[in-house]
Amino acid sequence: MIDRREFLRLMGASLALAGTSCNVSPPVEEIVPYVREPLDIVPGEPLFYSTVTTLGGYALGILVESHLGRPTKIEGNPLHPSSLGATDVFAQASVLSLYDPDRSKDVLRNGQISTWETFSSDIRKIIAAQRQNGGAGLHLLTETITSPTLAFQIGELQKTFPGAVWHQFEPIDRSNERKGAISAFGTDVETVYRFDKADVIVSLDADFLLGRPGSVRYARDFIQRRRIRQGETGLSRLYVLQTTPTITGAAADHCIAMLPAEIGSFAQELISMSSPDARRSAIIEDLAAHRGSSLVIAGRSQPPAVHAIAHAVNSALGNVGQTVYYTETVAANSVDSTESLSALVNDLDAGRVETLLVLGGNPVYNAPADLHFAESLRKAGWAAHLSLYNAETSAHCEWHLPATHELEMWSDARSFDGTASIIQPLIEPLFNGRSPHELLAMFSDSPQAAGYDVVRRFWRTHGIGTVQKTVPAGPVPRTEANVGSANANSSSAEDNIADRANSFEASWKQALRDGYIRDTAFSPKNVSASAGPFELTGSRPTGDQRSFVLIFRADPSVYDGRFANNGWLQEMPKPLTKLTWDNAALMSPATAERLGIENDIANTGGSHGQVIADVVELNLNGVTLRAPAFILPDHADNSITVSLGYGRDRAGQLGNGTGFNAYALRNSNAMWSAAGLNVAKTTERFSLACTQNHTNMEGRDLVRIATLAEYEQDQNFAKRDADDPEKQISLYPGWEYNGHAWGMAVDTASCIGCNACVAACQAENNIPVVGKTEVMRAREMHWIRIDHYYENGATLLQPVMCQHCENAPCELVCPVEATTHSSEGLNEMTYNRCVGTRYCSNNCPYKVRRFNFFGFADYETPLVQLQRNPQVTVRSRGVMEKCTYCVQRIQNAKIKAEVEGRELRDGEIVTACQQACPTEAIVFGDINDPDSRVTRLKREATNYGLLAELNTRPRTTYLATVRDRNEKMMEKE
Amino acid sequence: MYLLYPDVHISARRKAKLFISMPPNGHEHRYFTPSANTVVRLVILLAVAATAIGGVVAFEVFKSPFVTRAGIVEPQPVPFSHKHHVSDDGIDCRYCHTTAERSAFAGIPPTETCMNCHSQLWTTSEMLEPVRESFRSGQPLRWKRVHNLPDFVFFDHSIHVAKGVGCSTCHGRVDKMQLTYQFAPLTMEWCLSCHRQPEEFIRPREEVFNMNWEPPPDQAEEGARLAKQYHVKDVQTLTNCSTCHR
Repeated sequence: MIDRREFLRLMGASLALAGTSCNVSPPVEEIVPYVREPLDIVPGEPLFYSTVTTLGGYALGILVESHLGRPTKIEGNPLHPSSLGATDVFAQASVLSLYDPDRSKDVLRNGQISTWETFSSDIRKIIAAQRQNGGAGLHLLTETITSPTLAFQIGELQKTFPGAVWHQFEPIDRSNERKGAISAFGTDVETVYRFDKADVIVSLDADFLLGRPGSVRYARDFIQRRRIRQGETGLSRLYVLQTTPTITGAAADHCIAMLPAEIGSFAQELISMSSPDARRSAIIEDLAAHRGSSLVIAGRSQPPAVHAIAHAVNSALGNVGQTVYYTETVAANSVDSTESLSALVNDLDAGRVETLLVLGGNPVYNAPADLHFAESLRKAGWAAHLSLYNAETSAHCEWHLPATHELEMWSDARSFDGTASIIQPLIEPLFNGRSPHELLAMFSDSPQAAGYDVVRRFWRTHGIGTVQKTVPAGPVPRTEANVGSANANSSSAEDNIADRANSFEASWKQALRDGYIRDTAFSPKNVSASAGPFELTGSRPTGDQRSFVLIFRADPSVYDGRFANNGWLQEMPKPLTKLTWDNAALMSPATAERLGIENDIANTGGSHGQVIADVVELNLNGVTLRAPAFILPDHADNSITVSLGYGRDRAGQLGNGTGFNAYALRNSNAMWSAAGLNVAKTTERFSLACTQNHTNMEGRDLVRIATLAEYEQDQNFAKRDADDPEKQISLYPGWEYNGHAWGMAVDTASCIGCNACVAACQAENNIPVVGKTEVMRAREMHWIRIDHYYENGATLLQPVMCQHCENAPCELVCPVEATTHSSEGLNEMTYNRCVGTRYCSNNCPYKVRRFNFFGFADYETPLVQLQRNPQVTVRSRGVMEKCTYCVQRIQNAKIKAEVEGRELRDGEIVTACQQACPTEAIVFGDINDPDSRVTRLKREATNYGLLAELNTRPRTTYLATVRDRNEKMMEKE
Repeated sequence: MYLLYPDVHISARRKAKLFISMPPNGHEHRYFTPSANTVVRLVILLAVAATAIGGVVAFEVFKSPFVTRAGIVEPQPVPFSHKHHVSDDGIDCRYCHTTAERSAFAGIPPTETCMNCHSQLWTTSEMLEPVRESFRSGQPLRWKRVHNLPDFVFFDHSIHVAKGVGCSTCHGRVDKMQLTYQFAPLTMEWCLSCHRQPEEFIRPREEVFNMNWEPPPDQAEEGARLAKQYHVKDVQTLTNCSTCHR
């Protein structure tokens, strides 16, 4: 025991020691210049490279921000037809997957670390053996391929090995669209929509605004016709018939919940253009009244006949060539993906597969359960799986080969309209990965070929450069075969070759700079639709008294499971349900009542991000699955929706064990909906992390909405007293802004709730992921959230971020002036001053401030740090943070303009959320500039302030929604 | 503690006879001696003074080179002399720090820049061996960072150069430094001394890279004129938190 004096003496001594030994000055850091500096690089300034990212094979044009060789942020490519400058949530998050520490790093043979050299010597033996029998035992399994180069390589492989078979499997596929097109036109075509030309749109369970080829572009086109501005009219009208609530349904004027079979019968009523049901006939009348400017679109979950009917109706209404056109298929080789995989399973079971090369995908996890793919895969003589992760399929193959991420490789892809783009790498492969091009090259004459050479060689010989300005004048038919003839006017053969080389080099560079290859969009194809009749064959599931219909959907966050280990996507509140880190069995309130299901909302402090859900047992054909039940308004009754992509056990440390695996219930004959589901409530309960569990506005005017008629009667319907500057009084003296005054306008009519802004903000501002437990305590860190409310049968969406109030309640209560008002009207948050009292957050009526309860930012993992934006502070524990209006972008743009000695241009500063938004719902700018876009929007009659009655005078204001609802439907509703 | 709550620590009380006297009748009756008040006042006063002095000392310590590292030379892989290269050879700042005018970061020259001259000059000098080695091997030189701001501070060279803030204003007479050291304390107070009164420091743009520039006698007026000419923002804007912290 030491007594008090001894204790004090020791304490004093150790304090003194600490005082002298502890180095209070900042640590000495190194500064490491280049040996030979690349020409383009200006240290401190990011570079942007154009490339594309793919989802289900289809390309989305992007620009990637690179800081000294590190890709940090994805933006849309304004030149690319699939993007027009916007992105979706998956593209935004893909940069995080690049730096995922759980990515596969080694070649594995039977789970043991091996090398590419060993693999290539093994594959030489395989090739030698396959050459003997013409590749009769060689099978290739890929996902959907739109890459012209990869398709060419596979074609070459099939030339060398005529017996080789190419299978394709994609769990979220377009097989129904394909079959529908074949029955309508006799051939498979790609359908391309022109939503900007459509006055009346009928969606048959088509969620065209999210996660489908072209959805970013479609969202832009669609919303163009959905917002009201002074002096402009002509809103389009959208009817959505759907089983599971989607964001497309939320954007609709009239959204009707129906079971798949009911949607099928409505489709058949469309053929005869008459319906016994009053509401349905109102839709049909509306369609008939808009010949040539209407559009019927069927979703990928609809049976082929519904697709065929949609084609027939569009044709009958004269919409073809107006609001819809057809092209050749974007996929290089369009197949029915389930049939293709079944064929492989048959070959495997028959022992015909000696060599199986799986390029990407994860069929062991996501193949239809009845195919028992994992068991069949074991029967392959030799199997290799090229994949980003050492996934479920890798574990069943002899070889696992690490793949390169799309930001690490040379490749190419086509987008929804056929436009081809080159995928260029932003960074050398971080790990030991190779691209599919390099793997397939191993089977060719140049087994060591780099991906760059493969892709370049393809385009050199197959078409790029045919349409350059250097080409002699005169009509040159643009076909892939006439590259050589492009310079036919050249005088000699040598000149011709030199010209071609120059022309190729120029157009190659052009394609890399633009991010797409010019004139590669497919031209409309003349096909005539058969008028039917189209039989709705197969199971037509209906819910009855005993059983339910089970609906499968791609998950809005993890898609088919490929993003399961992406923290940004896992923690992304899913549209409408606002669930994170889990999937759930979604059902309507009536169905829940029938089953006795309850969702309890935890409202106690520290757990108000939690929904305690009853667990149900889903039983389909004897296979059971337990899932937490989540009650979702607007869901069709007697049906239950499960989203795919969860319940993985080899996803990585974030994805493992989240949610339940709905693929276990998915069979090849019922890929999107299955009848005969038995549901039983269990006594078990499960806590779901939900970021918004109150969707009633409780009589407050948070989102303001009117019909077109109401708007025409009173354009100022959204204005309240608080929105009138004359009536705003304050005890505090007003602020004066002599220079800029930043402000934002958010159009609630344009917001589709796709979450692209949330992901963009997370990437731009180094926002950490906190995990499910913390989300359940309502401690998620997103600076922008999308609130949704149900009001009068409409789903209303509202992105909410810091409103940068003139009379900011937070500023007054900060004891250390860590949050202050800037001379340009920004409500600034200074992290180094913050001591973490959280008074500001308590006093904020918008609840947009986020507190670092723990050290959420990862300071440990070097790989994750590569993604960080060097322009934004990484916040530590105990610090408050919130939306800054992307102050780093404001400052950098201001500095750039000042250095160049000019005024800032309107639109030069674009916030991350604004840039990502597919529908241009968010506009940022200088409200002191009377001509800026944001000022003009704020002058709109529909402009109002959220909770402005609190006299906060928010800088961010909202534009109310106006919808042109069909009177006849409203009478009948 | 026992000064204010004398009944807490019996043992302590016994030792502190000054404060407590025990009446002889054995009936415990406690009271403070008259001097106790003075002692308490003194102690409180001393405590306040000690806190204040401690605060001032700490404040000064944090502004001192002990913490700021101003004036302290870090050993570098090559003992590079700015004095020799700038004063003797007359090389402009921007020959090596190429991006000072257009980027946040002024730029540290790549080995290639050194070798532009040193492939011809001092080719056998032992001192320059690390440079040649770097050029041969492709491995970069690893310099010790001399000016290091905290990670929550975002300084931009280009805007300062554009507004007429000379190199020597912040970096001192680099042309006289045999070995490079940090001239200014780089504290927030120091930054604000200019952001609050830019006219005291602003010089004509053409003089920014001139190490010999001295403020003219009428700097106050001249600086104010230049600040206006160069559209230097008002003090409110220059002292917004987000001007430096993002």
